[in-house]
Order: sequence, then structure tokens, then C-alpha cells
Amino acid sequence: MNDMTRLERTVDSKEIKIAANNVQVYYGDTHAIKDVDVEIEDKTVTAFIGPSGCGKSTFLRCLNRMNDTIDICRVQGDILLDGEDIYDKRVDPVQLRAKVGMVFQKPNPFPKSIYDNVAYGPRIHGLAKNKAELDEIVEKSLRRGAIWDEVKDRLDAPGTGLSGGQQQRLCIARAVATEPEVLLMDEPCSALDPIATAQVEELIDELRSRYSVVIVTHSMQQAARVSQKTAFFHLGNLVEFGETGQIFTNPEDPRTESYITGRIG
Amino acid sequence: MALSWLLLILLALAVIGYFTGRSRALASAGGDARDLHSLPSYYGYNVALTALVPALGVLIVWLLVQPMIVNSTVSGLIPDQAIPEGSERGLIMSEVRRVANGLNGAIAAGALTEAQAQNANADIDELTTVLKGAGQVLTQDVTQPILIAAQKYRSMTGAGSVAMQVVVLALALLGAAFAYIRTHKEFRARNVVEQGVLALLLLAASIAILTTVGIVLSMLFETMNFFQLHSWKDFFFGSTWAPNFRGGSELSILPLLWGTLYISLIALLVAVPIGLFAAIYLSEYASGATRSLAKPLLEILAGIPTIVYGLFALLTVGPALVSMFGSGGALGLGWMASSNAVLTAGLVMGIMLIPFVSSLSDDIINAVPQSMRDGSLGLGATKSETVRQVVLPAALPGIVGAILLAASRAIGETMIVVMAAGAIAKFSGNPFEAMTTITTRIVSQLTGDTDFASPETLVAFALGLTLFVITLGLNIFALYIVRKYREQYE
Amino acid sequence: MTDISQTPATAPAAKPKNGSLFEKDARTKRRNAAEGRFKMYGIAAIGIGLLMLIVLVTNIVTAGLGAFQQSFIELNVELREDKLDKKGNRNIEDIKKVSTFGYAPLIASALENEVAELGIQTDLSPKDMGKILSKAAQAELRNYVISNPNEIGKTVSFRFLVNSRVDGYMKGRVTRESIANDKSITTEQLDFVDQLRDAGVLYKAFNPAFIFGADASDQRPEAAGIGVSMLGSLFMMFVVLVLALPIGVAASIYLEEFAPQNRLTDIIEVNISNLAAVPSIVFGILGLAVFINYMHLPTSAPLVGGLVLTLMTLPTIIISTRASLKAVPPSIRDAALGVGASKMQAVFHHVLPLAAPGILTGTIIGLAQALGETAPLLLIGMVGFIASNPPDGIVAGFLSPNSAMPAQIYEWSKRADPAFYERAWGGIIILLIFLVTMNTIAVLLRRRFERRW
Repeated sequence: MNDMTRLERTVDSKEIKIAANNVQVYYGDTHAIKDVDVEIEDKTVTAFIGPSGCGKSTFLRCLNRMNDTIDICRVQGDILLDGEDIYDKRVDPVQLRAKVGMVFQKPNPFPKSIYDNVAYGPRIHGLAKNKAELDEIVEKSLRRGAIWDEVKDRLDAPGTGLSGGQQQRLCIARAVATEPEVLLMDEPCSALDPIATAQVEELIDELRSRYSVVIVTHSMQQAARVSQKTAFFHLGNLVEFGETGQIFTNPEDPRTESYITGRIG
Repeated sequence: MALSWLLLILLALAVIGYFTGRSRALASAGGDARDLHSLPSYYGYNVALTALVPALGVLIVWLLVQPMIVNSTVSGLIPDQAIPEGSERGLIMSEVRRVANGLNGAIAAGALTEAQAQNANADIDELTTVLKGAGQVLTQDVTQPILIAAQKYRSMTGAGSVAMQVVVLALALLGAAFAYIRTHKEFRARNVVEQGVLALLLLAASIAILTTVGIVLSMLFETMNFFQLHSWKDFFFGSTWAPNFRGGSELSILPLLWGTLYISLIALLVAVPIGLFAAIYLSEYASGATRSLAKPLLEILAGIPTIVYGLFALLTVGPALVSMFGSGGALGLGWMASSNAVLTAGLVMGIMLIPFVSSLSDDIINAVPQSMRDGSLGLGATKSETVRQVVLPAALPGIVGAILLAASRAIGETMIVVMAAGAIAKFSGNPFEAMTTITTRIVSQLTGDTDFASPETLVAFALGLTLFVITLGLNIFALYIVRKYREQYE
Repeated sequence: MTDISQTPATAPAAKPKNGSLFEKDARTKRRNAAEGRFKMYGIAAIGIGLLMLIVLVTNIVTAGLGAFQQSFIELNVELREDKLDKKGNRNIEDIKKVSTFGYAPLIASALENEVAELGIQTDLSPKDMGKILSKAAQAELRNYVISNPNEIGKTVSFRFLVNSRVDGYMKGRVTRESIANDKSITTEQLDFVDQLRDAGVLYKAFNPAFIFGADASDQRPEAAGIGVSMLGSLFMMFVVLVLALPIGVAASIYLEEFAPQNRLTDIIEVNISNLAAVPSIVFGILGLAVFINYMHLPTSAPLVGGLVLTLMTLPTIIISTRASLKAVPPSIRDAALGVGASKMQAVFHHVLPLAAPGILTGTIIGLAQALGETAPLLLIGMVGFIASNPPDGIVAGFLSPNSAMPAQIYEWSKRADPAFYERAWGGIIILLIFLVTMNTIAVLLRRRFERRW
């Protein structure tokens, strides 16, 4: 927990990237998210923590409308990205997801070559005019994903052949390649070993300089290590949201304290 | 004694064995079932099974082997010169069997005595009249060698079946006695019975192998006979199919194979796109309600017997196509002369295969992990981009397997082509022409009135074996691909 | 899907960097159009599939329903003693000596009387008038007289089948234009038919003989029925059920519960999955070679058909039985073994009863499949045989030559007279009724007994 000191670097007065007001999510008859308000700042790592089943992943998936793919899921309330309601009728989720990229719990490289995995997003969004530009984007993204040195000699090898940690960094590179403004990460390290986890965490910290990163994690230590803001979810409610240092050292809500000290969870 | 009586006696023996075995076991324990090693009924089952199973086994083997021995012995009795020009040993043998049956029938009807029937020097004309008078069917005039062979056949069959009955009954009695004597309260009846039942279960499971062996052997023997009468080079590499019942037929499989593959290709061209898109829609787009309605409805198409599709092709689709593409048709093209055509058979077969392709592909597409789709959608891909660029490539091996299975179905399909493809063997690329297929020719060569031992009939077995090998190869390959594919995502 | 309250954002927001989400760029529009097209392909594919189903079913129903109706003519026939029983002693052997030709004059005069009574004007000769009746009418009359010799001398009212052309005319299949080159009927006869119809003597009615009757020769499509071949199918299904169910269940129990992991087991498993995909015609060749040529079982016998279909159905039954055995959770077996049952007892006392509904479902589906199968029956001679008499007795049912429903349908489809096509479609309706019933029972069984562990 000596990483706490690092949190003091947090710069104040960031722009608000995503603002959620009064968000309610229902799965059929289940009220999964109750009345959540949260503001996510640009160029900041925000962590969502809480016991499993508390709704943190569900809420994350609302931020780029991935919940649209689940038939029984309904979302109410406002989620504004740069002041625009992403659930507005005029918004195309496809365009939204290009701006709000996502990395998943389990590394899920496509059964294609490493190159094609990264080039997939730029290709569908038409970001490169020609092959040279595409090559450039792929290299840049792989570098940002901190995996370039490991794969630069075998870009044609299948992405599924990499190790778990490499796969996850490839997926991050893939998400970065579409030039998103926000990166959502759903427990990106839960399927990785400690060394790979450390590499990914380091990468997340670097990504902060360009993107607004939201990470869901069940590991409090991880939240403490990588995030500047932390939101604690419990039973579908946002219990507490604030500076990470504050949440971990001096929580306001007794439930947060119980969770952090290991009494619930 | 008829076979049914023998079976009834065996059954009765088994039932008696059950009760005596059970009561002997109880008696040995002084009437207290708790002192027995096994439950009393197991002692009964033990006696019944020991009586029944070996006896039945011998009975079945005997029934299979005896005709073989009798046939070869009797067939050896007929001198070569007794076989008329243009006939075959096999034909003479069936005549021999007919005469033998006739003698039996005449004796049963009281027209002949046993001694008369066995008289090798009997007046043939007189015997023929007697036989015909007794209402027995004879196709040829009986000749001396045939009569002698028939008498030998009768005596061997008769002796054989008496011997069989004696052996089988003796075995049953011995088995029952053996098991009865062994019955004692210390005897581990349950273990013995369970071993026996296990052996029976294994036997049942082996029937699958026996069937395959039967298929291969039955076709292999006749195929070898065929290749003795007809050059294998012509069969595999010739270019003409022209059976001629006066001999000198050209029997090449290639034109038939062409027709088969052409029709299958058209069928797949219809079934694969429709089936695949239907599967994609059902698994990726359709709501639960649509899916639970449309999927079973489509699968009805798979449950409809092929005879229905055959009739549909013959009476509906064929005439409809002619009225469109035929001379004086709606399009005024004059391309199609008869409703029997490659296109007719191919289209209807395609309709039949739609649900086959769609439900196999549906399973396979559903096996692609959701995380793949999430990954693609999370990058801002549309659903169709996800399907085309991620899901389908991931499912490709499985889909190829499904298409191969469908192809094997199409190649082996019989009724549709028999009714709608036509009977002309040729190499042509025109889908409006009638062509013929392997299965069609198998049916027509084996249902014609030709002599069974002629190459024109035997070629059907060679065709059947080739068909079996092709479809088996496709199936094994396809199942292998599909299994590998599933393992990848398990 | 979402309810959005349009309250203005309270949070201070930055201006969107890369264009507003509310405006779709050209590329997104293009991609959405592609998406729409793709989805349409899917809908179209399903639509085509369902359309084919509808076309097929409508076609079957419209073409086949006619077979259940037949045109009849009602005549009062005087069973004249001087023709049928000259000696007058009602000796059944003497009556049987009168052939069907002997009955023709009776029918002819009955028709003449009828015409006179109704006051119908026609130029047709009595012989030509008689031609509108079915050739089966005389035989029908003779059978009636033989079974009711006491009616001789009386006048009895009969309902005779009419000729298939007349029947076709009544159903609209035959028209005055279409008979231009037809020698078996003339327009005068059709005029005569019109008059009889208007008089209410000639009419269409439900024809139970189609469902329960026997097949008839080429000349008498109006008299052909599917009943006898239905019996043939029934006997075959009995053979399949009696053989395939126990063997299939025994094989599945072995493979699922007892088989060791070894090469033999592997070979059996691969064999079964491959047999399931072997073309059915190959089973026909097997049946011809083994059961008929080698074992000399009778040709065209339902027993042989049943044996062939058993071999064909076994893989289906084994596969579904294994699936239902697999669905019984291991905890049931453990519980039985735990109280000291042997493995065999655990399987037979506990697992098998729990798997029974699934096994039954699979068996019914297998039987339905076998019921509609035609190709192997062609090779063992069940086609081309005219099933004109029902088998006498159970043994004859298995051993004497017969046809089967699909084979009968195929046979009709090959005959020259288009009147048989209507019967083929009608036969298909009956066949499909059987299949639908069997599958419905299977589905209901599955629903009723489906268990979620």
C-alpha cells in the first residue's frame, strides 16, 4: 500500500469527460443499478470497485452501450459524453463505441494475425488511407500497448498464440488503434498472472496521459495502485465516489470501510 | 419342427429354469433369502440365461452358416455342361431351390410320398406334372442334374435342420442343468448374471460394427464378381455409360459421378447461402420469440420424407420450370425439353438441405464465444461487420464441416434424383438437361428384370461401394473437422 | 429500449473533439446501410425457407385433398336370378361361377332404367353409357352378391365408383379441351355426366376406400387405396420397434455406462456416428445382398423391410438414448452405488427409468424417420408390387409380399394415368399425418417429462 504516495500527484481541475445522472439499469425485473451519479474526468484513471455482483461491470457497459446487445436490459437516466447524451435516439452506438473503447475481462484476440487484430478497428472505421498509414497506426498502437518489441518480428502470427498477458496487451493495443477518447476496462487483469498484471498496470498508468480510463476491478490493491478516482459500488448503489487516496484512507461511508477492511465482500 | 416352435421351447425352458433355479437356491439356504449370496431372482436368471444364451447363439450361427455349406456342396454337384448357354450357376441354384421347395410342398399336399421324392431315377416329366399339379411354381423344365441337386439340397437341409434342433436343445438342456447344479447359497449368482448381461450389452453395441462389416462385405464380394466380368479400367476411367442387356455394355462410373456432383452442386448453391444466412439471422439477430418460432418451422423441412420432395420435384417444380424455360414457356427460351432435369432435382434437393445446413451452422455459430463478439462490438464494429469479419472466420472450419456433411447427404440422396433427374448419362454443363446419378442407376440396375449374375446388375454393387466410400470419406473428414473445431472453444 | 429524460446536463462539459455523436458521418451511414442489407439477407433467407414450406404444404394439400373424395353414381340394380343363379338353389359355389362379365348386363340395364326414369335424353348407346362407370363396379357387385346370396332376385341400391376420367371431370382435372386426344372418353359422355350430375345421381362424396382399401391395377385409378400398404408399413414399424429399441438401448447402456476407454469402444463409436450418415440406399443394397440373396428371406416382405430399416434406425436411437443417459446426473448413480447396489443394478434400477422418456422420444423420432424412408424399400422389392389384398393373418403380414406407404406413393407417381398423381399426393397427406402425430407425441413427451437437474 505504499503506492498511496503516488496518488498525491493527482492534478486538480480536469475536464469532465463522462457525466452520469440518475442512471437506472434493469435486467428484466431485476433493478441492477439504482440511481447512480458519477463524473468521470479526462486523462484520469477512475476505478470502480465493489463486491462481485454489485453492478460495477454493468454500469461500465452502459458507458459505451454494450448493454444494447442484451435484449432484456433497459437503461434509464442520462449519460453524457462531452455533454451529449449517448442514449439519444440520434446516437449510433457504432460511432459511440469508436470513441469509447473497451477491454474485456478475458483476453479475446480474434482468430487472426496480430497485425489484423490491431488493424481491425482502423479498417472498419476507415482511419487509414493506405497500407502505409495502416502500418503506421498498427505500429503506434502496438507501441502504446507496450507489446511492440515482443511481436514486431511476428506480426503475421495468430494473436491467439500469444501468452495471456501479451494477449491482453494486444487487446489494449487493438482498442487504442481506433483512437478512442475513453478506454473502459472490465477487470483486465483478472485472468492474468502477477507478472503480466504488473505489466498491464504499468501500461494503464501510461495510457492516462492520453485517455480517460475507467477500470473495473475486484482487487482493491489494484485500484489503489492505478487509479486517481475510485467509485465504490454495493448492491447496485454507488456508495461513495472520490479521490482514491481519500476512499482508501478515510472513507465516509461505513459500508466502504467494511469492504476495504475486508468485512464484507 | 418349425423355427417358431424351437424358439418357444427354448423360452419355456428358460422360464422353467428361472423358477427351478430360484427355488433350489432358496432351498439350499433353508428358505431364508438372507443367507444367500445374491437375491433369489439372480439364481433364477442365472439358470435361464445359461440355458438360453448359448443355445440361441448357436442357433443364429447355424442359420447363417448352413445355407453357405449346403449351397457350395450342392452347387458342386451340378456339372458345368448342365448349365445351359447364356445362363449362370446362380440361376440354376435358384431353380434347384425352387424344385426342392416344390418337392416339399408336394409332399405336404400329399401328391408325393417321401420315397418318390427321394428317387433319383424318377421320371422327370411325370414328376414335373405332379409338381405343377400340386400347385408348385417351376419356371424351367426340370432336368436330371437339377433334380439330383434338388434332392441333395432337400436332404442336406432336412438333415441340417434336424441336427440343428438337436444341438440347440441339447445345449439349452445342458446349460440349464449345469447352472442348476451350480446353484447353491454360496454361489455368486449376481456376479455371474451381471457378467452375462454385460456380454449381451457388448454384443448389442457390436451390431454397429457388424452392420458396417456387412455393408462392406456384401458389396465387396459382388463388386469383385463384377470386376471379373467387366474391366475395372472401363468402370473407373471409361467415358460412357451404356448398359446393354445383350452384353458388351460400357459401364463407366464417370458420367454418373458427373451427374451426381452437378446436381449436388446446384443443391448446395441453393442450400448453403440460404441456410447460412438463416442460421446467422437466427443466432445473431432474431429475438427469442422469432427464433423459437422460425427454427422449428424450418426444421419441419428436414423431417419431410424424401419421397415427398421427389413428388414435389416430379409433379410441381419440374413442370413449373418447363413452363418458364421450356419452349413456348413464359420466357420463350425453349431451353428445357422435359421436366426431368439437373436443375429440377438440384433445386428441390437444395430446399431439402436448407434446414440441414442452417441447424448445423446455427450450432457452430453459437459455439463461437460471446467474448469474440464483445471484442468486435466494443471496437465499434456493426453486427454485420462482427459476423462477417470475426464470427464467420472463427466458425469457418465448423461451417466447412457442415457443408461437407450436406454434400454427403446430397450425393447419397436417392428419391429426388430417381424421380426428377432423368436417366441419361452424359457429360454436359447444361442444367436444363436430364442427367443421371449413381443412386438412380443403382436403383434401376437392381430393380430391372435382368439376370442377377450379369455385369449390368452387378455394376450396381460396384456403384454402391463407390458411393459408400465417397460418403464415408466425406463424413469422416467432416466429423473430424467439426470435432476439432468444437474442442478449440471448449 | 431506453427511456431518456431530456434534462439538460448539469455537469460542465467540454466540446466534443472529433465531431458530435449526434451527427452521423458519411462512413457510418454507409456502414449502417450495409448492416441493414446484411440483416435483410438473413430475413430473406428465413423467408425463402418458410415460403418453401408454405408452398410445399399448400401444394400437398391442394393436390392431395381430392383423393379423399371420389365421384359415385347411385343405381338401383335388379339382381336378376336368371343371370346370377340359374338353378335357383342359392348354392354359393354356383353363384361364384358367374364371372364379373356376367354382372355387366345388370349394371347396364340399371343405368338404362335410371336414364329412362330421369328422362335424360342422350344419343349414347347403352354400352357407351356404361363406360362412365369404373371397371371395378362389376367386381364390387359380384362381391356383394357372393356375400349376400339371399338378396338375389331383389332390387338393391348401389353406389358405384365412376371411371377416373369422369371423376377427373367432376373435380376439374379433366376438361372438354383436355380430352381431345383421349380415346377413353368423349364429349358426349361428358354431356351425359352433366345431366346425371344435375339430376343428383352422380355426385362427389368422401371415399373411405382410399384410406382403407387396397391398391388397384393401372386401369382403375379410382379404386386404388393405400390401406394395404399402410398395413405393410405397420408391420415394418413393429419389426423396427421390437428390434431397434432393445438393441439400441442395450448398445447405448454399454457405451455410456460400461465401455472401457479402449480401441474397440472407439471403433464402435466412430462406426455409429458414420452409420448415421450412410446413404439409405446403401442399407437397401445390404438388405438385398444379405437378407434376400444370402438368407433367402422372401422378397417384398415387410419382415425384410423392417430388418433393413432397423439397421438404418439403430444409430439414431443409440445417439438419442446416449444423450438421455448422459443427462442423468452422476449423483444418482453415486447414490445407488453408495447404498451397495452393483453398477448394473444402479443402471437398470435408477438411471434407465429416469432416462426412459428421452429414450422413448428418440425412438419415436427414429420410427418416424423409418416410416418415411423409401429408397431401401425399392431394392428389396416393395415397389412395383400391387398390394391388392390385405395379408391374411399375422404371420402372412410379416412374410407375404406387401408394399409400404412411401413405396406405394412412389409406385403411383410412376404410373401413366394422371389420376394416380392425385392419389400419390393424397397418400402423402396420410403419411404426413402419421409423421406429424408421431413427432407431436415425441415433443409432448419431452415437454411433459423434461427434467432440469
